[in-house]
Amino acid sequence: MKKAEHLELYRQMVVIRRLEESAAHLYQEGKIGGFLHLYIGQEAVSTGLISMRQPQDRVITAYRDHGVAINCGISANAVMAELLGKETGTSKGRGGSMHMADTEKNFWGGHAIVGAHLPIAAGLALGDQYEENDAVTICMFGDGATNIGFFHEALNLSAVWDLPVLWVCENNQYGMGTEIKRASAVEEMRQKAEGYGMPNLRTEGGMDIMQVREAAGDAIEHIRSGKGPFFLEIVTYRFVGHSMGDPERYREKEEVTKWREDDPIGIYNKYLVDEKVAKAADLDKVEAEAEAEVEAAVKFAEESPEPALDTLFDHVYVEEN
Amino acid sequence: MAQINTRQAISDALMEEMDRDEKVFILGEEVGVWGGTYAVTKGFYDKYGPKRVRDTPISEAAIIGAAIGAAMVGLRPVAELMTINFAFVAMDHIVNEAPKFHYMFGGQFKVPMVLRTAGGGGRQLGATHSQTPDAIFAHFPGLKVVAPGTPADAKGLLKSAIRSEDPVMFIENATLYQQRGEVPEGEHLEPIGVSKVQRPGDDVTIVTYSKMVGYSMRAADELAKEGISAEIVDLRTLRPLDMGPVIESFKKTNRAVVVEEGWPSYGVGSEVASRIYEEAFDYVDAPVKRVAQKEVPLPYNAALEQHALPQVEDIVRGVKEVL
Ligand SMILES: Cc1ncc(C[n+]2csc(CCOP(=O)(O)OP(=O)(O)O)c2C)c(N)n1
Ligand SMILES: [Mg+2]
Repeated sequence: MKKAEHLELYRQMVVIRRLEESAAHLYQEGKIGGFLHLYIGQEAVSTGLISMRQPQDRVITAYRDHGVAINCGISANAVMAELLGKETGTSKGRGGSMHMADTEKNFWGGHAIVGAHLPIAAGLALGDQYEENDAVTICMFGDGATNIGFFHEALNLSAVWDLPVLWVCENNQYGMGTEIKRASAVEEMRQKAEGYGMPNLRTEGGMDIMQVREAAGDAIEHIRSGKGPFFLEIVTYRFVGHSMGDPERYREKEEVTKWREDDPIGIYNKYLVDEKVAKAADLDKVEAEAEAEVEAAVKFAEESPEPALDTLFDHVYVEEN
Repeated sequence: MAQINTRQAISDALMEEMDRDEKVFILGEEVGVWGGTYAVTKGFYDKYGPKRVRDTPISEAAIIGAAIGAAMVGLRPVAELMTINFAFVAMDHIVNEAPKFHYMFGGQFKVPMVLRTAGGGGRQLGATHSQTPDAIFAHFPGLKVVAPGTPADAKGLLKSAIRSEDPVMFIENATLYQQRGEVPEGEHLEPIGVSKVQRPGDDVTIVTYSKMVGYSMRAADELAKEGISAEIVDLRTLRPLDMGPVIESFKKTNRAVVVEEGWPSYGVGSEVASRIYEEAFDYVDAPVKRVAQKEVPLPYNAALEQHALPQVEDIVRGVKEVL
């Protein structure tokens, strides 16, 4: 990979981090409503994963979607504006934090019902298979989502129909406050793919973008070569609460502290310097730019217009009667 | 015009649309090799092959979810739910995903999917397999709910549903597949969201849809013998609901009976009655009467079942109450 590409991925990770920190701040100020699920700690997963896709490959994820949106190429402006419910947001302020999308960037949403987007992802992949498009659908979801029926129906269907879909389980070890061993009969989520005869891989390297890229590259290659669906489990950790206002009674502070030592941005920074891909000064510059980008996005979002009240009924149907 | 039954009308509509547009395909349980639980897709598998006539596992959420996804990327899926009673295991995708996407993502996504299913009681299938829960689905903005009562409407509305850019739930009645009627051959489109006067009359307005259209016709025949002239307005689409012809008729007759096969509580009749009161209160000469299913889980025993379902006599009696 060239230096410029590395710097771009580093930029994305820092933008996500700064954007999430700003969002937390704006939430506390009451400028963001509803639920807000931050991606802090998990940045290497979607950044690494999505960096391996071709433009024709589709991405779909759950409600923890701000980072994924950035990685898909949506501007920080549009993400921030959506958080503030503005007309200039990804979904014109109709979706909010959990429902961002941009069909032009091949990002098929932000979906807030746990697991419900898995059958839909199978449908996106079916569309490509039907039209003989050379595209892979990358579907991301949490460890908790592997316990809902949708997950099992979708995995089975994708295997029966050989759909070109990459199932990516972001195992951050908790579904809200429930750790895996209290919710799942098996310890490794990839074991569930075994039940559907689906090739699978678990990587413990979810804090290291280079490891994520390697695993994702192989998985996408497998699917693109026509071998059907693949299941990739990526172990990671969220450094902050499930959503804003989480009292975090279910985990020890020490555990969080320990994981924070493996900060994905720090790991990538060190890699880039150690491997002499970039100098510390290059990375400082990227960080400063990322910070400025997010500051500008907040300004953009705050200055953007609210949706007009008389547009309330827009888009209920494509064809109005 | 040919006399054909509803099964043939629906089958013709599907085949014509599949021939017209390569992007139209069918998915569901037993739609292919078996030929469809109600034989609607008989011969389709041989004609179109497994790519366009897709047998699925018993996975209702995956069937509808996959139809949504395929529709989002430009295909025209017609998903078949074996019966409406199985909709409940896929409720999230029917009411909480498909109808939300166009709106919630600011107009970016479209879900031009048709969900065909069969409802209704009267076949001694017991409480879990005999429901008419149409009103539930009509509760959700973003979904279109169509329920034809004649073979011609079944054909014309299904063709429109497949061409619609919005998700359409198309509710057939399992006891109507053998019902015969005049159906125009070839291109025949009926608009979604338009109610229709199926029989003109002057004394009372019967508002109904689906299987109860035929029942109401028979009731009207009975009433005619006694010199009572009933006008029958067939809603055909439950959402978006076209009250125009209902109100117009009511302003003439000043009396209405709403007939549905499902339960009355929170039902189609309740909705129509409210709208009449809201939109035509000055024309009301008698309380709007609801004729519907008795409020029990439908029993297996044939006599009990028929006792619970609305009958032609119930409609006749209902009309006399408002006169
Ligand atoms: C069907 C459904 N049930 C419950 C919820 C509430 N809920 C939101 S997120 C969540 C936990 C999901 O955990 P996981 O899949 O591991 O994702 P993570 O939040 O860890 O990214 C729950 C229970 C929901 N949104 N949908
Ligand atoms: Mg989790």
